[in-house]
Amino acid sequence: MTVAELPANGLPVELADILPEPGREAEAPPRGLAIICYSGDLEKTWAALILASTAGAMAMPTKVFVTFWGLQTFVKDSKRITGENWMQKMLALMQRPGVSHRKLSKMNFLGMGPWMMRTLAKQYQVASPKELLEAAQALGVEFIPCQMTMDMFGLKREDLIDGMGEPVGAATYLSFVGEGAAPLFI
Amino acid sequence: MRDALVDARGLSCPMPIVKTAQAVKTLASGQRIEVWATDPGSVKDFAAWSKATGNPIVEQSVDGGVFRFVLARK
Repeated sequence: MTVAELPANGLPVELADILPEPGREAEAPPRGLAIICYSGDLEKTWAALILASTAGAMAMPTKVFVTFWGLQTFVKDSKRITGENWMQKMLALMQRPGVSHRKLSKMNFLGMGPWMMRTLAKQYQVASPKELLEAAQALGVEFIPCQMTMDMFGLKREDLIDGMGEPVGAATYLSFVGEGAAPLFI
Repeated sequence: MRDALVDARGLSCPMPIVKTAQAVKTLASGQRIEVWATDPGSVKDFAAWSKATGNPIVEQSVDGGVFRFVLARK
């Protein structure tokens, strides 16, 4: 039996509010979500990836523009040192790149804070940033690196995780917002 | 009467929705998916998800802290 054939009186009350009228699509399709992932901090990365994966699950066209410290999150976990000159290498050394190596902005305590967060997350079955990132990609969320940040940190495409979009600039983000996508800066 | 089952018991937000969305992608139009969740937020979350995606909730019930939803792919 398809959905349209279901008797209206046999449905739970909530469904009547949700179901579009027969033959009509749900009103106003979602116009999308445009996230700027600017921070590389664990807590903000987590929030950005929760929203990105959920938006993907809700079939909203979703793009995550990854810039500045956020780009460190999207370097492969296996990369330790990135960059071409000593300053770029030094920055990577001081802040280990990769989605699994994020630090808390406060109460990091040499990794004790993130360790406790990860332990609690496991205990309460909260998905890790890495799981959320993979789920978001599987649901069609686009992660797009910022060209300027890649140049400044000396990052190459092969340093970044698989499935990232073409590097772009701010104008691409703003044009997506101009099309009606909700902007978020995290 | 279901074509797929998502056991999201114990999982926190947003994984019940995320796992359901992934499973729904494998279904054909009109096929049904049953979801089990223990996250109390899932009642409102599934209503919102259904509204946003147009995939209707065909049945829903709660039994001993487990929320059960039957959803259809539009």
